[in-house]
Amino acid sequence: MIGMLNQLSAYFQFPFVRYAMIVGVLIAMCSSLLGVTLVLKRYSFIGSGLSHVAFGATAIAAAMNLTNNVLFVLPVTIICAILLLRTGQNTKIKGDAAIAMISVGTLAIGYLIMNVFAASANLAGDICTILFGALSILTLTRTEVWLSLVLSLVVIAVFVLFYNKIFSVTFDEDFAAATGNRAKLYNLILAVIIALVIVLAMNLVGALLISALVIFPAMSAMRVFKTFKAVTVCSVIVSVACASLGMLASILAGTPVGSTVVAANVLIFILFCIAGLLTRRAKS
Amino acid sequence: MPQLSCTDLTLGYEGKPVISNINFDVNAGDYLCIVGENGSGKSTLMKSILRLIPPLSGQITAGSGLAANEIGYMPQQTAAQKDFPASVREVVRSGTLNRIGFRPFYSTCEKHAADANMKRLGISHLAGRCYRELSGGQQQRALLARALCATQKILLLDEPASGLDPNASSEMYELIKGLNDSGITIIMISHDIEASVKYASHILHIGSQSSLFFGSISDYRESDAGRIYAAQQGGTA
Repeated sequence: MIGMLNQLSAYFQFPFVRYAMIVGVLIAMCSSLLGVTLVLKRYSFIGSGLSHVAFGATAIAAAMNLTNNVLFVLPVTIICAILLLRTGQNTKIKGDAAIAMISVGTLAIGYLIMNVFAASANLAGDICTILFGALSILTLTRTEVWLSLVLSLVVIAVFVLFYNKIFSVTFDEDFAAATGNRAKLYNLILAVIIALVIVLAMNLVGALLISALVIFPAMSAMRVFKTFKAVTVCSVIVSVACASLGMLASILAGTPVGSTVVAANVLIFILFCIAGLLTRRAKS
Repeated sequence: MPQLSCTDLTLGYEGKPVISNINFDVNAGDYLCIVGENGSGKSTLMKSILRLIPPLSGQITAGSGLAANEIGYMPQQTAAQKDFPASVREVVRSGTLNRIGFRPFYSTCEKHAADANMKRLGISHLAGRCYRELSGGQQQRALLARALCATQKILLLDEPASGLDPNASSEMYELIKGLNDSGITIIMISHDIEASVKYASHILHIGSQSSLFFGSISDYRESDAGRIYAAQQGGTA
């Protein structure tokens, strides 16, 4: 035990490990805040669809040799998020099909572009990092840390300020619109912050595992808690705990960060399922 | 001046008309029931009145000082709501959102309004309970309380008694009648022609062109549409 603590404190001497922890915790907070709304709005797959968009955009940014690819990836992801949330309601292409088309399409095009244009010698390694976030959380630069910090504070602030409105469009969009609320505007805000979270979370867990970060904490919290506020608070706590424990474990055991964090989330979900069953049985 | 008037309305989706030639007025304090067969366009009409769907042609005019944020709406339950983790208090309070504008949080004024409406509908004791664990009748009351939070003038209800047992639905109708007596205009979609004739002041019957009808209850009883319906009811009972 003391050996482990010594090992950890040795690691925390390095600034990049401290950065990684801070950014990881903030990302976990943001993604879990939105998870509740996405799961309840039946939009769970939007997270994964958008992460593939972000992958495609990252590939294009890499091919164009952009120094700071967030400036390109973020707007592209935001535009796709708005398009996806729009198609949810009407039109001939149904929501889930639209998500599948956009996500697979951008994934394929991203890989194609990387293959054709990328100058890097280690192509497979690069792609693996983008998809699974392998070590990228530990290779964040100072600017990226600041950018993540600012973006996640923006997400948290917007969520808190629009909390009641987000509840309303999540519970009943028609009612919100019919009684004179700007439901469309709130959906738009939601789409923008979802895109922000996806781009942020690419750093921590990589494109393929982002949905896990969005969905698992919310699902865990919903097993046990019964009001919107309690579910939101609980999913934030679960998510932050899983991210911190997962990152520490990955440092100690040398496992990939993203998959360790997601594995922690899966474990907690199973525990919460059991807890939910037990409390229900105790009541009846 | 009527609170709401519809002239020569044609409604539908993507350019395909579902119903046409709809004309009616609603005055303050009226109790209008919209009846008709399944698929005749009752819900489409209500969504158009609520400005969720634009009409293909014709006009919906809101009369003196009826703004969008003075309409209360009680929709049918959606599938997502059946397992939504929210307390009754959270659901009812969300009805007051149309008054708070850019303010991020509820003030005591809105909280009081929500409490008062829960009390009015007899669900104060359920405030902390989880919405998805309530009985059908209690859930409908919560949605009605939310609708009341959004308005003091006019309520639009989409089959408020659907899925309720006979006792609960007659309680629901009595509650709505009580609200109407206190001065709130009611526009309600209903399957239940018997209850509609019993409680409403006006009937709008939609369906095929020949059975279109709008008028007061006594006229409806005398009309062709009403007689056909009454005969059907008598035949099946």
